[in-house]
Amino acid sequence: MKRLCLLLIFIMFPSTVFASEIATREVLPNGLVLLQSEQHNLPIVMVTLAIKAGSLVEPAEKAGLANLTASLLTEGTKTRTASEISDEIEFVGGDLSSSGGSDYITVTLSILKKDVDKGFELLSDIVLNPAFSGDEIKRKKALIKGTLKAEEEEPSIVASRAFKKAIFGDGPYGRPVKGFPETIDRITRDDILDFYSRFYASNNAIMAVVGDLNRSELKALMDKYFRGWKQKDIKPVLYLQPSEPTSPKLIKIDRDVTQANIVLGHIGIKRDNPDFYAVSVMNYILGGGGFASRLMTDIREEKGLAYDVESFFLPQKETGGFEVVLQTRNESANTAVEEVLKEVKGMMADPVSEKELGDAKSFLTGSFPLRIDTSRKIADFLAAVEYYGLGLDYVQRYPEYIREVTREDVLRVARKYLHPDRYILVVVANQRKAGVKY
Amino acid sequence: MKIPVKRFIAVILLLFLPVTVKAEVKEYALPNGLKVLLVENHNAPIATFQIWYRVGSMYEQIGKTGMSHLLEHMMFKGTKMHGPKTFSRIIQRNGGVDNAFTTKDYTMYYQKLASDRINISLDLESDRMANLLIDPKDFSSEKKVVMEERRMRYEDDPQNLVYEAVLAAAFENHPYRWPVIGWMSDIASIKRDELYNYYRTYYAPDNAVIVIAGDIKTDRIMKDIEDTFGKIKRGADVKTPVIEEPGQLGKREVFVKKEAELPYFLSAYHVPDLPSKDGYALDVLATILAGGKSSRFYKSLVYEKQIALGADAGYDGLHKNPFLFFLSATAAPDKSIEEVRKALYEEVDRIKKEPPTGRELQRAKNQIETSFIMGEDSIFFQAEILGMYEMIGDWHYKDEYLKGIRAVTSDDVMGVARRYLVDDNMTMGILIPQRIKAIGDQG
Repeated sequence: MKRLCLLLIFIMFPSTVFASEIATREVLPNGLVLLQSEQHNLPIVMVTLAIKAGSLVEPAEKAGLANLTASLLTEGTKTRTASEISDEIEFVGGDLSSSGGSDYITVTLSILKKDVDKGFELLSDIVLNPAFSGDEIKRKKALIKGTLKAEEEEPSIVASRAFKKAIFGDGPYGRPVKGFPETIDRITRDDILDFYSRFYASNNAIMAVVGDLNRSELKALMDKYFRGWKQKDIKPVLYLQPSEPTSPKLIKIDRDVTQANIVLGHIGIKRDNPDFYAVSVMNYILGGGGFASRLMTDIREEKGLAYDVESFFLPQKETGGFEVVLQTRNESANTAVEEVLKEVKGMMADPVSEKELGDAKSFLTGSFPLRIDTSRKIADFLAAVEYYGLGLDYVQRYPEYIREVTREDVLRVARKYLHPDRYILVVVANQRKAGVKY
Repeated sequence: MKIPVKRFIAVILLLFLPVTVKAEVKEYALPNGLKVLLVENHNAPIATFQIWYRVGSMYEQIGKTGMSHLLEHMMFKGTKMHGPKTFSRIIQRNGGVDNAFTTKDYTMYYQKLASDRINISLDLESDRMANLLIDPKDFSSEKKVVMEERRMRYEDDPQNLVYEAVLAAAFENHPYRWPVIGWMSDIASIKRDELYNYYRTYYAPDNAVIVIAGDIKTDRIMKDIEDTFGKIKRGADVKTPVIEEPGQLGKREVFVKKEAELPYFLSAYHVPDLPSKDGYALDVLATILAGGKSSRFYKSLVYEKQIALGADAGYDGLHKNPFLFFLSATAAPDKSIEEVRKALYEEVDRIKKEPPTGRELQRAKNQIETSFIMGEDSIFFQAEILGMYEMIGDWHYKDEYLKGIRAVTSDDVMGVARRYLVDDNMTMGILIPQRIKAIGDQG
């Protein structure tokens, strides 16, 4: 029953919690990048293994291949069945999970220090020796297709899917990471074996280890369990930039719901865009800053039109999206869209106030320690820092980048990256009641 | 905003020497009845402030459900000193995040901040404990927001509608039967003055508990709490409603027809709350049935038979009064909910007939214990767990929890399954999906 969940993308909010570098970094002889942060407050160890084998490198006609491959890792190895894996890890109260993603897939291990050897043994086994048995593939495909069907029940997911498809088409960011029922059906065991052999390699992975292990303890574990992981020659996969629409487009999806679920947006930026920091500040003021944002002030606080409204850029390896998302009762859909467009245009018309700028900067620079306040969060953060090439001094440099942003920068990036003249608008609603006119 | 330090502070400090001397948790009571729990944790330069009020939807009246939650919303709408739309802005400007939630038994507000700014919480929270405005215009606009929240969480979420319907049928007398967010027409009917009286009744130092965890200095922060909250007068005596739910005399069934993709069912059984011997055994039972991929439900329904997308068992014992044990499952596409239900109850019947194996029991205990230890990695969780136990009775229950779990035997697990998971004690809700309309025009 939360008042509001601030949906913040954690990678965007670093500052200074670590006086020196946040972790040590080492490239192992087999090319695996190993990041370690020692935390000795509790006898626990958190590992995040990121492998550059996300949906970004899968073929569109086999959408879901990357996710399926990742999620099969825990479902059996050459010497262990799926049940044996779950029983062994859960018997010691640990967790070993693998999941898909668009830029990279992750395998995570959470374990007590006393069981860390067992944890690494299992982690290594599922990553290096997965069986991909026919039975497990069949089972997992059915489960994923079922989940896709269940998600059709959620208007917000339906809206988000339609939006992504409209701006990215068949491109990797345009499809659900899980794929589509028909593309999942098309995936064969050979596809999985081939995908695994192309992308699962020590020199294509990042491992972040956080917790109660010192350097020599970690080194011993890596020697024992990951020295045998082989390097491969990874061939780059060509990414085709989707073409952008030139005029606004409305997509209406009719459902018997009481609220219109609205997504309005367009193409955004890449993570390595130098304007990332100015865009972060600009978006905070527009709709990323919860109750401090213009969209929330206008649409929730003043007009009572929605419980939640927010805007976000999803800066990824390739150009990600920009979205404004809200839910409002069917009858006020038009009013809400009107207000969104008004606020977007407002960002482009005049510079933000000094106060807005100052508030945004203080939040963005000040809130980082809260974003990495557990070992699990630090491990995930480290993997992302490495993947996006931000550098281990990122936590020191981030506040500097943010502080440099001026009102002129905010206006400039608003004009450059907001496009109220060629947005995609998705409305999942009872269309008769909503009567969307856009 | 900082209130000057008084000269006689040392004298005052003597008044709140720890009531209980424990290594990690320090407990204090201010003369005005405010209880304070502090956990020093210097691992990172951050702190979390939480204030817990002993009021939730079980304190509400028929026709005015949702008051506690609506009040939680209004708590962000300003005081004389801090106008509307300022609370969260001040927190965010200081690099913090804040939020709140309302439950059936209590309402909690929190901030997470750099530890050198945690006094901002003291200033803002003490101010809104005593000086909330509830401006009529803001009030009517916020009611609309809450109605949007209800649409999002319930009206358009088929499985949550089933939950709501099951609770309404499982409890006949106890206010646990209505939703925390309230019924739509009740939210609409609440008057500004009614809400203001509700605030005056329940928001007072002697009806609240503060929990702070993180990089704080106990002496220093107690002085500051005295300077801020210490000035607020006691409230009127609040009586916690004493309501007994009559024993259930037979199975109850409810159906929800709603546009949805997959059938779903949810069964609820009346059970004792925590701390109790049966409560610990029910927690272990839920873990054996549905804790992870090695659990019985996952293995049977999801993995072997492949008839369910997911199957769950949950014991919700952290309530002021006895609540419920839940069993639920979502059917896989093209599988009937009857088949799913039958398979799930085969597992329930099995654990009633023969106790779990020693390894199963130990695995469940290890899972519970490890997640408890890992939770300690978050100062927010450290504070939250104390607050939750304090709200249902006493934060010391937290220390008994793992002892209670460790003491559970295989026979205890079988025993609670036999005692509570019986038809006469069950309320079952079934979602009957109505066909989703075809995708409409695209233009």
